[in-house]
Amino acid sequence: MVWAILSILVENKPGILFKVTHLFRSRNFNIDSISVGVTENPEFSKMTITTLGDEKQIEQIVKQLDKMIDTIEVKRLDDKKTVFRELSLFRVKISKPSDSMEINNIANSFGAKVHDARKDSIMVELTATPEQINNLQELLVPYGILDVARTGAAALQRGGD
Amino acid sequence: MEKISGARSLIKALEKQGVKEIFGLPGGANLPMYDELYKSNIRHILVRHEQSAAHMADGFGRVSRKAGVCFATSGPGATNIVTGLATANADSSPMVAITGQVPTAMIGRDAFQESDIIGIANPVVKYSFQPFKASDVPEVVKKGFYIAETGRPGAVLIDIPKDVQTNEAEISFPEEVKIRGYHPWTDPDVAAIEKAIKLLLSSTRPVILAGGGVIISSAFAELQSLAEMLMIPVVSTFKGKGAFPETHPLSLGPIGMHGHAEANKVMSEADCVLAIGTRFSDRSVGTFAEFEKNLKIIHLDVDPAEIGKNQTTSVAIVGDVKASLRIFVRLLMQKAFKKTEENEWLKHVSEVKQYWRDNLKLPQGELTAAKILRKLREVMPAQSIVTTEVGQHQMWASLFYDVISPGTFFSSTGLGTMGWGFPAAIGAKAARPDLPVVDIAGDGSFNMTENSLATSVLDNLPVIVFLVNNYTLGMVAQWQRTFYDRRMIGVDQKRCPDYCKLAESYGAQGIRVGDLNELGQAIKSGLKSDVATVIDIPIDPEEDVLPFVAPGTSLKDMILPS
Repeated sequence: MVWAILSILVENKPGILFKVTHLFRSRNFNIDSISVGVTENPEFSKMTITTLGDEKQIEQIVKQLDKMIDTIEVKRLDDKKTVFRELSLFRVKISKPSDSMEINNIANSFGAKVHDARKDSIMVELTATPEQINNLQELLVPYGILDVARTGAAALQRGGD
Repeated sequence: MEKISGARSLIKALEKQGVKEIFGLPGGANLPMYDELYKSNIRHILVRHEQSAAHMADGFGRVSRKAGVCFATSGPGATNIVTGLATANADSSPMVAITGQVPTAMIGRDAFQESDIIGIANPVVKYSFQPFKASDVPEVVKKGFYIAETGRPGAVLIDIPKDVQTNEAEISFPEEVKIRGYHPWTDPDVAAIEKAIKLLLSSTRPVILAGGGVIISSAFAELQSLAEMLMIPVVSTFKGKGAFPETHPLSLGPIGMHGHAEANKVMSEADCVLAIGTRFSDRSVGTFAEFEKNLKIIHLDVDPAEIGKNQTTSVAIVGDVKASLRIFVRLLMQKAFKKTEENEWLKHVSEVKQYWRDNLKLPQGELTAAKILRKLREVMPAQSIVTTEVGQHQMWASLFYDVISPGTFFSSTGLGTMGWGFPAAIGAKAARPDLPVVDIAGDGSFNMTENSLATSVLDNLPVIVFLVNNYTLGMVAQWQRTFYDRRMIGVDQKRCPDYCKLAESYGAQGIRVGDLNELGQAIKSGLKSDVATVIDIPIDPEEDVLPFVAPGTSLKDMILPS
């Protein structure tokens, strides 16, 4: 089994996200994360999907996505040549005064930002690879994570190819 | 520019598209379309259930290779065509279904007869449209036909809200449309074809496997030239039945679950296959791993997503079947290639073929599957169009009805939709009123859409229903006998209804036959009749379809008649 990062340029029209996710469901493929946003040209959106499967399955996913009439281009990104980032937000519990300082230190070591510092909670924001976010999460768990939101990864290949 | 309504522009766009027939049923949400159809020369063929309208459009599309058109209203009208969309799409049949929808302001409010047909139909159509402006309708129609008919054909749904039908706008009709994410044709790679020829010539036991793609792209002459130049035996998938004349010396007929014994045998022995326009369905190849063992596969298909989906290929050629086969033939001619007729493989293949033609044990009796279908073949003119329902009779048709004229045999092969054959035959008759059309039917399937008798009679589309009647859901019964130790449940139709009386009640002709001579007379009478003819042919409910490749086994493990 391998991870694949798919970058899909689609028509920016209602219902396309539904069609793409429906394709994954009906072909029994798995979506690990998905992020969608409009491109510099408002006629198109860019989807980044990460998925896990064997090589044959990934090849089929790419072909089936390519076959969709609303997809303009489907690229499987080479993870070694790709900038791959996810935005995450954590609300972490503060139980004792020293927690605040410790959480700030952890956040700093990841290059994360803190927001909305309160007496009983603090919000940490990190944009990083999903793996780094998982590492941060692990360190925050002992304090008590009250809420979390992650966007799913966005990716672009380096060098414009 | 003059202002016209969305409904008017729809009918005008269909007229411009060359549509002559629409199969459908009106209702609240498509009344504006029907009101415009009233003023048009397009012929409306009224169905008794929307599913049949979709099957008729499908049958029309397969025969004419132009998209058949069906109309249905919103809500239940639209959901009733879903099986028809799925059937057409599974078999790559060009079809445009046009549904009415509740007004845009009512969408999402659970209005009366509202269904999210775009969402429901999504996985079973090639594409769908829901125009929200009257001025968008002509472009949507043009795009719909373009998508339905090109590349790998399929079903297209156009869902038009009622206010979009009634709103007036200045509407222009595009001559051409471009869809930037849609590339239906790929130029075949000549180097890959060179490689394929080399592989075929270097193999010792080559076979051509003709799929439905040969019929869709009408590549009969090209396939025959190629097979005759290379002197390679031709098997087919069930959907490809009749892509190559089954009376040709190189023909072995369909492979698969109920393939011809000789075809399955030869296919299992082959070391190289040129598979043309096929998706390697499990019903055709048995278990995937077993099929590709010791076999080099050259796969030619118009749909790149089919390459490598079910089988590992040695050479892949993506392109239109007809265009690609022309390149095969041209390259061989440039090489001034001539294969001798004498080679050991071919000799072996004809021995296998002869052996099974002589030695396949068939049940005794007067009205057996083999005898009645051979009688049908004997009496029907060579060009006749055949549709089938789904079940035992369908597989008997595959085994015992030889297609002489390529591209005259049609069946619901992918989805396996019972009730498809009769309305599809009516659609086929609308496409080709000059040719006799017969639906090879079983009683269970015929029951599902038998009310299309009304359409056949009243719209003057006479077809023959060749009813192989065991008053049993025969294929299910066969599986219960074979795999469930004869625990028969839910299969007995208890001699209901009387099909002759049923036919007569619709104004059709009903003939029950007792022997082969009467059967021959009944077929002749059906060929001459101005109304549909239902020929009720009682057969033994215990007769099995054999050979049988059980699910999950390979083609060489055929269950044969004992």
